[in-house]
Amino acid sequence: MRWMWIDRVVELVPRERLVAIKHVSLAEEHLHDHFPAVGSRPAMPIMPACFIVEGMAQSAGILVGHAEGFREKVVLAKVSKAELHAEAVPGDTLRYTATIEQFSDAGASCRGVVERIDPREPAQAAEIGQIDLMFSHLDQNLGGMTFPEHNFVFSESFRTLLRTSGIEMPTTA
Amino acid sequence: MDRDEVFGKVREVLVDALAVDDDEVTPEATLIGDLGAESIDILDISFKLEQAFDFKIAQGELFPEGVTQDPEFVQEGKLTDKGLATLKEKLPHFDFSKLEADRSVQRVASIFTVEALVNFCEQKLQTA
Repeated sequence: MRWMWIDRVVELVPRERLVAIKHVSLAEEHLHDHFPAVGSRPAMPIMPACFIVEGMAQSAGILVGHAEGFREKVVLAKVSKAELHAEAVPGDTLRYTATIEQFSDAGASCRGVVERIDPREPAQAAEIGQIDLMFSHLDQNLGGMTFPEHNFVFSESFRTLLRTSGIEMPTTA
Repeated sequence: MDRDEVFGKVREVLVDALAVDDDEVTPEATLIGDLGAESIDILDISFKLEQAFDFKIAQGELFPEGVTQDPEFVQEGKLTDKGLATLKEKLPHFDFSKLEADRSVQRVASIFTVEALVNFCEQKLQTA
């Protein structure tokens, strides 16, 4: 399994906003364990909330990374708020809208809105939660530690996602 | 804006950033010891103070980085004269009396109180 929790970036306004989508699929292994049938209770495949948080973190992380041409190692440092009011199930599409609230040399704070799109009503997206995150620019907050020069945060999988979403990634990153 | 108003806003910021109760945010409470702040929270608090007071805070202005790792400033676990002088110069909003009595590097966090944060904001507002 690849640790990618968004399928495509559909909108990017540099240093401001990024919108990404994630299709929830019954082909995903973990949905068969979350939750399996027990006794007379049938299986209930539900997207784990932690992966929704990860999806938002990847969306917002790309937005923050893009702001400095992916030169900074952008790591999730704090989940300031995470509220989800509804579940996402196979067939649903999740839409993550990440907005930069504040940005500095040391890091950034982002506001995130999670919407769910039911395939039976594709025109109606329902807001199901809010996830606010803090990111740290790792090399600016070393605290006496050293890290590899290579930007290990934005891996090949991220590069592929950006390319297939039509977003140019600087060759120097 | 008077000091009570500044304190009220600082308290709101800390309650939000650190998920603490209103009554835990007393002037003498230390951010790291009493209120459980971690290093990333300092950045979060900086961002929230900027929004609350509409001023900009440069990196290291609120709480300097690297001083306690620098061998010129810390020797055998204690702040040197130069280390203490540097902190005083960079942090005019802090009360250094506790540190002067005991220069252990672990004590540095103990001067980072809510009151110091209120002083910092007041000084920033005056120079803005």
